[in-house]
Amino acid sequence: MKDAKTDRPLLEIKNLEKRFDLDHGFLETLKFKQGRIVRETRSVHAVNNISLEASRGEALCVVGESGCGKSTVARLVAGLLTPTAGEIHYGGQRIDSLSRGEMQPLRKKIQMIFQNPYASLNPRMTIRQALEEPVRHHNPGASAGEVRDKVTAVMMSVGVDPSWAKRYPHEFSGGQRQRIAIARALTVDPEFIIADEPISALDVSIQAQVLNLMLEAKESRGLTYLFITHDLSVVEHFGTRVAVLYLGSVCEVADTRTLFSNPKHPYTRALLSAVPQLKDDRPNHIRLKGEIPTPINLPQGCPFQSRCAFADARCKSEKPKAIHQPDGSTVACHAVEEDRLDAVAAG
Amino acid sequence: MSLLSVRDLTVKFAMRDQTVTALNGISFDLAKGERLGIVGESGAGKSITGFSLMNLLSRPGYIDNGQILFEGEDVVQMNDKRLRNLRGNRMAMIFQDPMVTLNPVLTIGQQMTETLMAHRKLSREEARQIAIVKLREVYIPSPEERLEQYPHELSGGMRQRIIIAIALLLDPQLIIADEPTTALDVTIQADIMELMLELCQSNQVGLILITHDLGVVSQMTERTLVMYAGRIIESGRTREIINDPQHPYTQGLINALPQQTLPGQRLKQIPGNMPGLASIPAGCAFNPRCKYATDLCRSRVPETVHYGEVEVACHEVQRLHSDEDRQEARA
Repeated sequence: MKDAKTDRPLLEIKNLEKRFDLDHGFLETLKFKQGRIVRETRSVHAVNNISLEASRGEALCVVGESGCGKSTVARLVAGLLTPTAGEIHYGGQRIDSLSRGEMQPLRKKIQMIFQNPYASLNPRMTIRQALEEPVRHHNPGASAGEVRDKVTAVMMSVGVDPSWAKRYPHEFSGGQRQRIAIARALTVDPEFIIADEPISALDVSIQAQVLNLMLEAKESRGLTYLFITHDLSVVEHFGTRVAVLYLGSVCEVADTRTLFSNPKHPYTRALLSAVPQLKDDRPNHIRLKGEIPTPINLPQGCPFQSRCAFADARCKSEKPKAIHQPDGSTVACHAVEEDRLDAVAAG
Repeated sequence: MSLLSVRDLTVKFAMRDQTVTALNGISFDLAKGERLGIVGESGAGKSITGFSLMNLLSRPGYIDNGQILFEGEDVVQMNDKRLRNLRGNRMAMIFQDPMVTLNPVLTIGQQMTETLMAHRKLSREEARQIAIVKLREVYIPSPEERLEQYPHELSGGMRQRIIIAIALLLDPQLIIADEPTTALDVTIQADIMELMLELCQSNQVGLILITHDLGVVSQMTERTLVMYAGRIIESGRTREIINDPQHPYTQGLINALPQQTLPGQRLKQIPGNMPGLASIPAGCAFNPRCKYATDLCRSRVPETVHYGEVEVACHEVQRLHSDEDRQEARA
């Protein structure tokens, strides 16, 4: 599904990079090395040359472990962070370098839902105040009655009783708060929702309720999602396409069904095999060597090489490029490109 | 004789204006070397159960009634000296967040030798040697160097391994692990689970695993207790509970998982929330969320009955047996 007007995906991320400087100011950059004082700036390479796209109506899931840069991607797209390099296009318009004022109309179209509903709702505002504020801000001409009707309608649609509007966030449970946070995102009729781990802080039975709510909103409003999560079972259920991130780089992008039935990148395979299964007696997970290296000084070559069982000399020197596969997925791995993976597994 | 035998354990919290019941008459047994899972959602009383077993509850919480027999001796009646001998020595606990459990201003070595020297008559060097052996057992590379490091210098997975090594220092009979892998990434979680399983099996250590994750319970434990609002509502062999749950809540919990529904379809959700401790409904605590609830469920607390292969506390379990949802859960 391409955008009718421009024939381009709704969201396009091109060669996106984000670095966070660790040393601020001149004095912090001074280091003492080999008897000499040198200047050196260290930075965290949170996102390295990521390219992704999401078409209208899609639910693009970004998965990965802590520190892989998935939340940074969400914040960059939402305009909460400025990229170090690269471009973000939304609906054909470049949005990464817009001023605050230019960003305003887009904020109505792009809304965000955060992980922790205890932190994302202002404890000193009633639910009504929290929900009415964005409506008023984006529709300055609306009368008080219109605003109220809009908020009531949205509250009903997410299963929050409108008679609770006078209450404060602390009077609600985690699941109800997350419904309210979703309601707040929906009050301005967005077309694109960025959800950063929206159900991770909730209990199992409540996760199902909130996930259903998000699916309903997707169908009834034709929403497009950028869904950030570490939970692969949720991805399989919710996502139409999945991007697997490792250390700030994309390992593999594929349709959900393709990714789960035929994962290609060694990291994707390890990740899938590590999920505790409900009805599998024999855990046969692929053990990874070591742990995720720090993103401060990135290794040369493939970011995954230090933990990969298939790493060779080329992986250590050359960073793999994303290569299209016959089944439509994109994989960045020398071993997949050279067809070494299954040869080793078979031998 | 079982290693641990809990009888009718009731825990209350004395709040300013009322006293609430957090655990309501819990009974279960654990054999030597057995692995038991306790599952439930937040507020079900799983962690309180773990704390009570070591008599670690602090005010306003207190054990109101019941017995906790560990190797035949009642933990509830123990004096401080006996408790010191019990904790860490015969029973050890592992918590969710390794950063909070480890002391940030002491090196790993200091924390490990301190524990050993408090319980055994050992010289510092002897304690150090034991610590190194235990770190090797949990696959920590170059343990001698790790002993000199502080917790912040280590990764989350490494810290949790060290916590496990500390729990095993004095060769306890029982380890109580409260959400030991929840704060970790999936690939690290899989490693830690494998490690714990291996250590428990090779040393004949009993394990009580407290978690909300049914997948973890399914892979780690032999028996499972399902808790809801301070009571055990279902218990039995883990395989039976996962494959053929009897209580409507257990069924709901398993059916609500995304892998139980085709992608893109609505998940089978349980309506409503778990009640707060101060407002537990009369009768069966699950009745407001249960589609099978009858007048009996709303007035009387169900007894635990033996049904099929499991123990279940539900009035309607007979009627439920023919229900189609349960057939689905089994498939």
